[in-house]
Amino acid sequence: MSIGLVTAAYIAASILFILSLGGLSNQESAKRAIYYGIAGMAIAVTFTMFGPGVGQYYIMIPMMLVGAVAGVIVAKRVEMTEMPQLVAALHSFVGLAAVFIGLNADIERGVMEAAREAGTLDELANFAAILAKKTAVEINIMKVEIFLGIFIGAVTFTGSVVAYGKLAGSIDGKPLTLPNRHTINLVAALFCLVLGIAYLADAGIWTMVLMAVIAGFIGWHLIMAIGGADMPVVVSMLNSYSGWAAAAIGFTLGNDLLIVTGALVGASGAILSYIMCRAMNRNFISVILGGFGGTAGPAQEIDGEQIAIDADGVAAALDDADSVIIVPGYGMAVAQAQNSISELTRRLRSKGKEVRFAIHPVAGRLPGHMNVLLAEAKVPYDIVLEMDEINDDFPETDVAIVVGSNDIVNPAAQDDPNSPIAGMPVLEVWKSKQVFVSKRGQGTGYSGIENPLFFKENTRMFYGDAKSSVDSLLQKIAS
Amino acid sequence: MRCPRAPNAHHKTPLTGVIRRRLQFTIWEFDIMKIGSPKETFAGEARVALTPQSAAQLQKLGYDVAIESGAGAAARFSDDDYREAGAEVIKGAAALWKACDIIIKVRAPEGATELKRVQEGQTLICFIYPAQSEDLLKYLNDKKVTCLAMDMVPRISRAQKMDALSSMANIAGYRAVIEAGNNFGRFFTGQITAAGKVPPAKILVVGAGVAGLAAIGAAQSMGAIVRAFDVRPEVAEQIESMGAEFLFLDFEDSQDSAGSGGYAAPSSPEFREKQLALFREQAPDVDIVITTALIPGRDAPKLWLEDMVKAMKSGSVIVDLAAERGGNCDLTVPNEKIETENGVTIIGYTDFPSRMATQSSQLYSTNLRHMLDDLTPEKDGKPFVNMEDDVIRGALVTHDGEITFPPPPPKVQAIAKAPPKTKEKTPEEIREEEMAAFKAQTKFQVTTLAIGTVLMLLIGSVAPVSFMQHFIVFALACFVGFQVIWNVSHALHTPLMSVTNAISGIIIIGALLQVDSSSSIVTFLAAISVLIATINIVGGFLVTRRMLAMFQKS
Repeated sequence: MSIGLVTAAYIAASILFILSLGGLSNQESAKRAIYYGIAGMAIAVTFTMFGPGVGQYYIMIPMMLVGAVAGVIVAKRVEMTEMPQLVAALHSFVGLAAVFIGLNADIERGVMEAAREAGTLDELANFAAILAKKTAVEINIMKVEIFLGIFIGAVTFTGSVVAYGKLAGSIDGKPLTLPNRHTINLVAALFCLVLGIAYLADAGIWTMVLMAVIAGFIGWHLIMAIGGADMPVVVSMLNSYSGWAAAAIGFTLGNDLLIVTGALVGASGAILSYIMCRAMNRNFISVILGGFGGTAGPAQEIDGEQIAIDADGVAAALDDADSVIIVPGYGMAVAQAQNSISELTRRLRSKGKEVRFAIHPVAGRLPGHMNVLLAEAKVPYDIVLEMDEINDDFPETDVAIVVGSNDIVNPAAQDDPNSPIAGMPVLEVWKSKQVFVSKRGQGTGYSGIENPLFFKENTRMFYGDAKSSVDSLLQKIAS
Repeated sequence: MRCPRAPNAHHKTPLTGVIRRRLQFTIWEFDIMKIGSPKETFAGEARVALTPQSAAQLQKLGYDVAIESGAGAAARFSDDDYREAGAEVIKGAAALWKACDIIIKVRAPEGATELKRVQEGQTLICFIYPAQSEDLLKYLNDKKVTCLAMDMVPRISRAQKMDALSSMANIAGYRAVIEAGNNFGRFFTGQITAAGKVPPAKILVVGAGVAGLAAIGAAQSMGAIVRAFDVRPEVAEQIESMGAEFLFLDFEDSQDSAGSGGYAAPSSPEFREKQLALFREQAPDVDIVITTALIPGRDAPKLWLEDMVKAMKSGSVIVDLAAERGGNCDLTVPNEKIETENGVTIIGYTDFPSRMATQSSQLYSTNLRHMLDDLTPEKDGKPFVNMEDDVIRGALVTHDGEITFPPPPPKVQAIAKAPPKTKEKTPEEIREEEMAAFKAQTKFQVTTLAIGTVLMLLIGSVAPVSFMQHFIVFALACFVGFQVIWNVSHALHTPLMSVTNAISGIIIIGALLQVDSSSSIVTFLAAISVLIATINIVGGFLVTRRMLAMFQKS
C-alpha cells in the first residue's frame, strides 16, 4: 500500500473522529456518531498495518487480539458506577504507551546514529530509515518532542493510576499533603528540565529513563494531593494530557493522524476541565495544586436545627406535590440508589406529577456521571436537566429531594462571602417549597463545609443510606 | 440528674460512674415513664393535649401513654380511638394523675381539686403563663414538680416545631375570619350576578404576627380585599407575599424587631399618633377589622378607638383577638359579642382555638410531642432535662425545687438582622456593564490572538519546514477540537470522555510503525504498547456504545 493511500485513509479517519465527537451534541445523534469513531479507527489501524514500513505481524496481531478480548471483557463487565475508574485506567494505558513509544524513538535514533558512523545507513529499515533522512535541526526538534512525549506520558500514567486507585477506593481518597509539596513538585520539574537539556546535549537515553521516573513521581504526587470531589477535574485533565501525549508522539513520528487525534482529545479534556473548574468557581491551578484556598474570614454562624423526618412524612409530602425535582450526587452512586430512584420517578410520573432531575456539572466523580447512572436506571434523558436549565424553576417547585449531594446545593456559596466555596454556582433547592435531604448522617461533606441548607426551615433531613431510604419510601407510595 | 423523678435512692450511693450508670439502666428498664393527659377542667375548654396520633408517636419514644376517659370527646376523639393507638384509658382524673409520671395538659392546673391532684415530683407540661401566675409557680415548686411551660418556648427557628403559641395563633387568625364572616351580612368576594353587582368586602388586619398572617391568608382566599398594618416594616414583604396590601406609614424611626425576639415593642407617642391617623382614615372605608396587636408582657395597646368604631358603616364587624389582654378596641368586652349603637358588631371571644378543638388539639399535641422528642434524646422513655438546651431551658419554670423563671436570654438571636439592601441597577448601568464586558472580551481575544501570532512567528523563524507542516495541522486540529467540544451536551460528558479515551488509543499507530525494528527492546516495548492501546480502543468504544444505548427518551 502506498504512502499516498495511507495518507488518504488518515484524512478519512480524522474527519470521522471529528464527526464522532461533534455527534455528541445530543443523545440521538451520538448513537450514530459512535460508529463514525469506530469506522475511523478501523480505517486508520488497517491502513497503517498494511501500509509501508510495517512488519512482524506474528507479534502484532496476537497482541491486538489479546488486547481486543481484554477490551471486550472490560467493556461488558464494568458497572456504570465504576465508569470513573475505568476512564482513569484507560488514560494510564495511553500514558504508558506514549512513554514506550518515545523511548523506542530514541533507541531507533541511537541505531540510526550508529549506522551513520558505520556508513551503513542504506541498510536501515522502516522507522530508523525515516529518521536517517532528517537534518540535524530536525533531529533536535524530535528530541524535544520525545522529551515532551515521555514527560506528559509518564505524568499521565502515574497520575491515572493514582486516580484509578482513589476512585476505586483502593487508595485513601483524602488528599495527601506532604510538607513543602509545592517545592517538591517544582524541584522535580526543574530536575526533569535539566535532564531534558542534558539529553539535548547528547547525554544518552538514561536521561530520558530517569526523567520518565521523575515525571512519574510528579504525576503520582500531584494526584495524591487532590481529594475525592475534585476528581472530575483530575480525570478530565488526565484525559487532556493523554491527548497531548499522543500529539507529542505524533510530532516525533511525523504522523499527522496522531497529531490531529491527540489535539482533538487534548482540547476535549481541556474544555471539560475548564467547565468543571468554572462549576466549582475555582481556578484550574488551585485545583491541580490541591487543597482548598484560604478563607477570607469566619464563616457565617448557622442557627437552627436539622429536623429529621421519616419515610411517612416524605411520602405524604410527595403525595401532595405536583412538581418534584431530584438532585442526585455522588452519594446516590455510592449507595447504588439510582434504580430505586428511577422506580420512584416512574411511580410519581404515573400519578401525573412532574418529576425532573437537576444535575450540577460537578455532581459525581466524572463529568456527566449522574446522567449515565440515571440513563442506566432507565430514567428518560429528557427529564434530566442541567443546572442552567432548571435553576430558575425551583421557586415553583413543591418538593426538592437531595440525594447524596452536599456542596452543590450549599446556599453559603451565594450568601456567605467568607465561605470557601463562595461564588460557586449552586442548585438553589432551598427556594422550593419543601426540601428533603437524604443523607447518611449529620456530618459535613467532602469539603468539610457546613451546609446551611440542612438548617433551613423548609428542609427536612431524611437520614439513612440513600438506597434503603428510597426503598422504604417506595413501600409508602403505591405504584 | 438524668431523671426528674428519681425512682430510687441509688443516686446518693457513692458508686463509680460505670457501675452507677449500669444500675440506673437496669432499674429503669422496669420503670418506663408513663405520660398521661387528663380532661381539661376549665369550663368550655374543648381541646385535649393528647390525640390518638400523638399517642402512637409518643410510644415510639419509649413512653407508656394514658388518657382520661372522655378527655378527647369534645375534640371528636373517642376513647376507642385512643385504645386503638395503644394508649391506656383511665377512668377519672384522680386515678390518671396518680398513675402517670408526666402530665400533659392544655391549660395550667386550676382550682383546688385539680391542684390537689398534682403529685410530688411529677413532670407537668402545659400552658403556664408564669409571669402572671406566681402563686401557681410557688405551689408547683413546693411539690418539687418539674414544670415546662409551652408558652415559654423561645422564638428561635429550631423551636418552631414546638411553638404552641404560634400554632394556636394560626388557628385564632383563621377562626377570626370565619367568625367575622358569620356576623357579616355580605359576601367576601365581589360578584357580578344576574341580580346585580356585589362589591367585595374590605378587611383590615392590624398586626401581622402569626395570627394576623393567618387571617390575611384566610380572608384573601375567600376573595376579600385585604389591607394590613404592622409597626415592624420588615413584615411588609410577608404581608405582600400573602397577597394583601401593606398600609405604609411614612415614619423615620421604624422598628427592627430583631432585638426583641421577633415581637413588636411599644412605639413612641409620635408614631402612635401617625398610626391612629392612618386607622381613622381607613375606618369609614373598611367592612371588617381584625386586630391582633400584642406586646409581650403588657396590656394590649388601644389602637381602634371609640371614634373609629363610630365612623364605621353599619353592619361592619370588628374581631378583637387581643380581647384576653384588654383588647385593641376601646369597646371590646372580653368573651362576648356586642353590637354598638351604630350597628357595628364587636367580637371579643378569647377561646378561638377551643372553637376549633379538633384542629387545635392536633397541632398542640404535635407541638407537645416535639417537645418530648427533644426531652428524650435517647428515645428510651426517660426524659432528660438539659439545662444547656436553649429551648428546654427557656420553657422550664420549676425544676429540682427551684423556680427557674425567668430564663436567661437565649444564646441565639431569634431573627437575623435585616440584611443591608442592595441597590437595584438601572437599565443604563446594566447596558454600561454589558458594554464593558464586551470590550473586555474583545480585548482578551485580540491580546490572545496577538500573543499567539507572535509565538507562531517565533517558532516559524527557527523551526524547519517539515515541523511547521505538522504544526499547522496541530494548530488547526486544536481549533476544530475546541469548536466541536463546546457543542457537546453536558449530559454526554461521560460518553465524551470514554470515546476520547478510545480515540486516544490511536497512539497504537505509533507502536505499529515501530514493531518491525532491528532492536528487540523496541519490538518488545512496541508490542506492549500495541496490546494496551488495543484494550483502550476496543474497551473505550464498546463501553461508550453501551452507555449511549442506555439514554432513552420518555
